[in-house]
Amino acid sequence: MHPAPSIIAFTTFSGLGFGLLFWLGVDPAPPGGWVAAVFFFIAFALAGGGLASSALHLGRPERALKAFSQWRSSWLSREACVAVAALGLMGLYAAFLIFGGLHVAPLGWLGAALSLLTVFTTSMIYTQLKTVPRWHSRWTPVLFLALSLAGGALLSGRVGIALVLILLSGGVQIWWWHTGDRALAGSGTTLGTATGLGKLGAVRAFEAPHTGTNYLLREMVYVVARRHALKLRVIAFILMVLLPVALLLLPFGHVLGLFAVLSHVAGALIARWLFFAEAEHVVGLYYGKHQTV
Amino acid sequence: MTDLPATTTRKLGLVIDLDTCVGCHACVIACKGWNTQNEGAPLSDQDPYGSDPSGTFLNRVHSYEVQPESGPAQIFHFPKSCLHCEDAPCVTVCPTGASYKRVEDGIVLVNEKDCIGCGLCAWACPYGARELDAAEGVMKKCTLCVDRIYNENLPEEDRTPACVRTCPSNARHFGDFADPESHVSRLVRERDGFDLMPEQGTGPVNKYLPPRARDDWTDSSVLAPYLTPVAEEPRGFLGWLDKALDRL
Repeated sequence: MHPAPSIIAFTTFSGLGFGLLFWLGVDPAPPGGWVAAVFFFIAFALAGGGLASSALHLGRPERALKAFSQWRSSWLSREACVAVAALGLMGLYAAFLIFGGLHVAPLGWLGAALSLLTVFTTSMIYTQLKTVPRWHSRWTPVLFLALSLAGGALLSGRVGIALVLILLSGGVQIWWWHTGDRALAGSGTTLGTATGLGKLGAVRAFEAPHTGTNYLLREMVYVVARRHALKLRVIAFILMVLLPVALLLLPFGHVLGLFAVLSHVAGALIARWLFFAEAEHVVGLYYGKHQTV
Repeated sequence: MTDLPATTTRKLGLVIDLDTCVGCHACVIACKGWNTQNEGAPLSDQDPYGSDPSGTFLNRVHSYEVQPESGPAQIFHFPKSCLHCEDAPCVTVCPTGASYKRVEDGIVLVNEKDCIGCGLCAWACPYGARELDAAEGVMKKCTLCVDRIYNENLPEEDRTPACVRTCPSNARHFGDFADPESHVSRLVRERDGFDLMPEQGTGPVNKYLPPRARDDWTDSSVLAPYLTPVAEEPRGFLGWLDKALDRL
């Protein structure tokens, strides 16, 4: 799949932002005043900014409000609704904390639950697609939630929890890569089933329907730089997991903490780029791609 | 709502005969010609006369080579457009309700006024039947020429999808699959019509007809025995040349 920068930024940053909102919402002794203002500003900038950047990839962004209407059937619509509800509730919770010095715990819990639900709905947009076997796995929501919780814990300065969750999400990431590499072959979809000609013999794409490129090839049959995938996986894992963990194990300071955050976010962005760039859409089979099985 | 209808009164769709399709792409051009100037946004082209042309098409013809266990390889031309699936994944993923399946005839359509161009329906389609128009920013797909098939301003023989009307080899057939005695239902029954990617669970309405079984490849000509080489070993001048060249 084409790794559109707006979608990579959206899923990564909104995941971090809602993860931070979760930890702020469940905090039994949340910060107040200026400290709270800074924390919530970061969280809203990440979560809200991520959502805004997702609107950038729309063909008709001026109609984006219509996307709130189909929550009964569409995961994308559900995500929009839950995200706005989570941001609204957490905004109210933050306003009470910052301006009233009031900790309305149940509001925080509800906001935290909705924040996690938002991350889950984001992951389901990809998980639901049978056409992309690598994504169509129960591990995709686990991966998104683990990364969101780990990143949120890191951003909120919970060193102990962040350590455990980063290691855990690293484990999930490796498992997701491992299962994902076998997903297309396991899906049973081949050029033979795609054309129905597999019963007659070995099918090979002989001639493409067009000499130039098209929307399908640009959007779903992205192949550039897949050959560097393994190196990028190693880099992503070092930045996202190993380096932050090493930094957190050192005596904690704000500078080291900042480096841990930057490293984790950079690694998560690379991992999310791979999430899209490595994903094989079955329509590629019609064009003779993904035929390693 | 973008829920799918439990049942549709009729099931309009196409039968595509892989035995007779000659790969002329006339259906591609007829489709583009009709649909770029009738109902809905035009099918735009980008850089059409430049070095990197691309554009929106609702129907495309691939070609595949099949190598059987024995015998020569065969080429098949393979037209592909929206299959108007009964369990269309493109419909339920739509966040705005722009994508829908009609209860009365089962045609899957896009309401272009509601489409935000998020592209998720194209991701959900395993067949690559949907293309986002780069100029209009909305999703385009086969409408089964909904503006032809019910159009009483057209002569009756033209009230069929443009691709079917134009096909010179009669490889495309249009009809109602809900009627077991319709032309298309009978074709599917008699010729073992099949689904594309059945494992994806989309329940495509359009069906494809497999190539008819061929006679034995070896008895291709009665003259073949007379055309076998007469001399296994070269003699005379050629024999001398052969030996001379060997000695070199």
